[in-house]
Amino acid sequence: MALPKPNKTLTLTESSYIVEVLKGMALTMSHVIKNLLNQDFRTIEYPDVRKPMTARYRGAHRLLLRPDGGIKCVACMCCPTVCPANCITIVAGENPDDPAEKFPVSFDIDMLRCIYCGFCVEACPKDAIRMDTKIYEINAYNRQDMVHSKAYMVNLMDGLKPEAGTAYHVDKTLAPAGYTAEAPVRP
Amino acid sequence: MSEFWTDFLIVIARCVFSVAFVMNIVPLLIWGERKGAAYIQDRPGPNRAPIDLPNPLDVPRLLGAVMAGQPLVYKPIVSLRAAGLIHTLTDVVKLAFKEDVTPDHVEKFYWFIAPVIAMTISLCTFAVVPFGDQLLGVHLQVSDLDGGLLFVLALTSLGVYGIMLAGWSSNNKFSLLGGLRSSAQMVSYELSMGLAAVVVFLMAGSVSLSKIVEMQQQPLDLGFIAIPAMNWTALSPFGFLAFLLFWVSAFAETNRTPFDLPEGEAELVGGYHTEYSSFRFALFFMAEYANMIVASAVTATLFFGGYAVPFLDGATIRANADVILAVLGFGAVPAFTTFAVIAFKRQTRPFYQVLAAEDPRRNEPKFWTGLWLGAAAAHGGLGVLGLMGGLAALSTWASLPELGGDLVAAVLHVSSLGAKVLIGCWIMIWVRWTVPRMRYDQLMNLGWKYMLPVALVNVFLAAGWIILRHELFA
Ligand code: SF4
Ligand code: SF4
Repeated sequence: MALPKPNKTLTLTESSYIVEVLKGMALTMSHVIKNLLNQDFRTIEYPDVRKPMTARYRGAHRLLLRPDGGIKCVACMCCPTVCPANCITIVAGENPDDPAEKFPVSFDIDMLRCIYCGFCVEACPKDAIRMDTKIYEINAYNRQDMVHSKAYMVNLMDGLKPEAGTAYHVDKTLAPAGYTAEAPVRP
Repeated sequence: MSEFWTDFLIVIARCVFSVAFVMNIVPLLIWGERKGAAYIQDRPGPNRAPIDLPNPLDVPRLLGAVMAGQPLVYKPIVSLRAAGLIHTLTDVVKLAFKEDVTPDHVEKFYWFIAPVIAMTISLCTFAVVPFGDQLLGVHLQVSDLDGGLLFVLALTSLGVYGIMLAGWSSNNKFSLLGGLRSSAQMVSYELSMGLAAVVVFLMAGSVSLSKIVEMQQQPLDLGFIAIPAMNWTALSPFGFLAFLLFWVSAFAETNRTPFDLPEGEAELVGGYHTEYSSFRFALFFMAEYANMIVASAVTATLFFGGYAVPFLDGATIRANADVILAVLGFGAVPAFTTFAVIAFKRQTRPFYQVLAAEDPRRNEPKFWTGLWLGAAAAHGGLGVLGLMGGLAALSTWASLPELGGDLVAAVLHVSSLGAKVLIGCWIMIWVRWTVPRMRYDQLMNLGWKYMLPVALVNVFLAAGWIILRHELFA
């Protein structure tokens, strides 16, 4: 295959490399000097500075509560059905407070498989699950801990103080109460 | 001590010095490469790894804790990041303690010796580079070979064996291709490198590197004025062309961008060192930087006067050792230190406003200021005058009148070579982050179709000019 012809024939100085290379080097050196003097970078010094996340940023999931403290989710199974990654596992049961209603006995999301598409949020008829936490540090030392339980997701925002315009900082050592316990929350 | 043992110790000292010279610049270069790349690309670069210093009042308690075998827990008072220099230390520790994987499919013997060859060759080349004229009659050069330049050329061609063996014995397509490219490239560029060097030894009338430097320490005769100690090869027209050719070939020989096709990561994974890990990889990595240093040192020696200090030849330095010490002590060194302190303090800026008030990193600028003030106080109290007195006393005590002058000359010469090497290495780093990698056919075209003919013509013209000048003026 023939190489495409360049639109423009190179002048003698251009084709002899040297002048053009020197021009390029002058450009890069101007950056070095500017940065050496000003130290003014766009880089976000991550653990110390956090990028403000947009309002639509899809972070870790949380489960919402009703005003009376019970969980909003009615275990309708819409979200596990729509989830393209098949990562939501819900065990439904009878609500002890109101036997007419279903509720999730356990609600696990395997964050290792989640693709953060947000379909679960859109599918939910009860506005029971949201991804508005802006938490992006979703990590753990083993696979089990990457499965977020109902207790964890209900309490996710407790004790986290969002600074204006910044993302939440999840410090696992200060994890919300009930992070490891099985079901400390009232259903 | 008998004659033999004195000689033996001198030889050992010279070898240790030359290896230490190269190996001490290597970490500095790695830092320079990372920081330079970052600044060219508008990033802050490495600036995280700290050394946490405890409060001095806390030290006795900590010593007690260490004695008692308790864990060392303390609240640091200042956290030094030194513009990212600490990263180099952590890099060494990381490379030394990583798992060393030997794949099953490699040709073990050659695979093991390849990195060793690469490193050894680059260190050996430095043996013929003079780093000073003489100290009490001892040549400051590991070996003043008569065929010094030929030794350099021979060793650079041997250097290709490290890479070729690594590529072949890895038993891997990518590594093999990397090794092949490297050998083809080195063979092509060796020609123009050798021809460029021919111009230098035509001008110096010798291939011994110490003779070449001596020639360049002569005054530069411009007809109406003679500039002392500036008879640099690169300041003559043919010499300058030879320097350009030599320098470009040096890039190719050290496999640096724009000629780093042997490791072209976009198409060859990692090239010849794909299969290497841990310290074997570190050896290749260090060999690359050692090669840069040696290439810069050889270029400086051939074209920029080597260890010669601009405008000051050896005799002048020895005669005016006191004046030079005073100028250095009260002018150059304080100015340089002040600059370094300001740069180190500025470097902490981007972080600063977001750190909590009690964060130990906040104290770093204060630490540098304190260090600078302490150094200034010591300088005022004892300083250069003390040093000069000490030198004089030492010379009288050892009844070696030339000791003081020789020491000053040696220090100046080594620093002059060091400065030239660092400038050369910075240019290599600078070019690497400016010029994109060449395509393989472009590389071969440049080597064979342009540089080789130009180098040949240059040799003939230079030879003609030298004969003509000889006929006309001598
Ligand atoms: S965000 Fe998408 S992938 Fe993740 S749980 Fe919801 S539906 Fe599943
Ligand atoms: S979270 Fe919403 S969609 Fe999912 S099961 Fe509960 S109510 Fe249904």
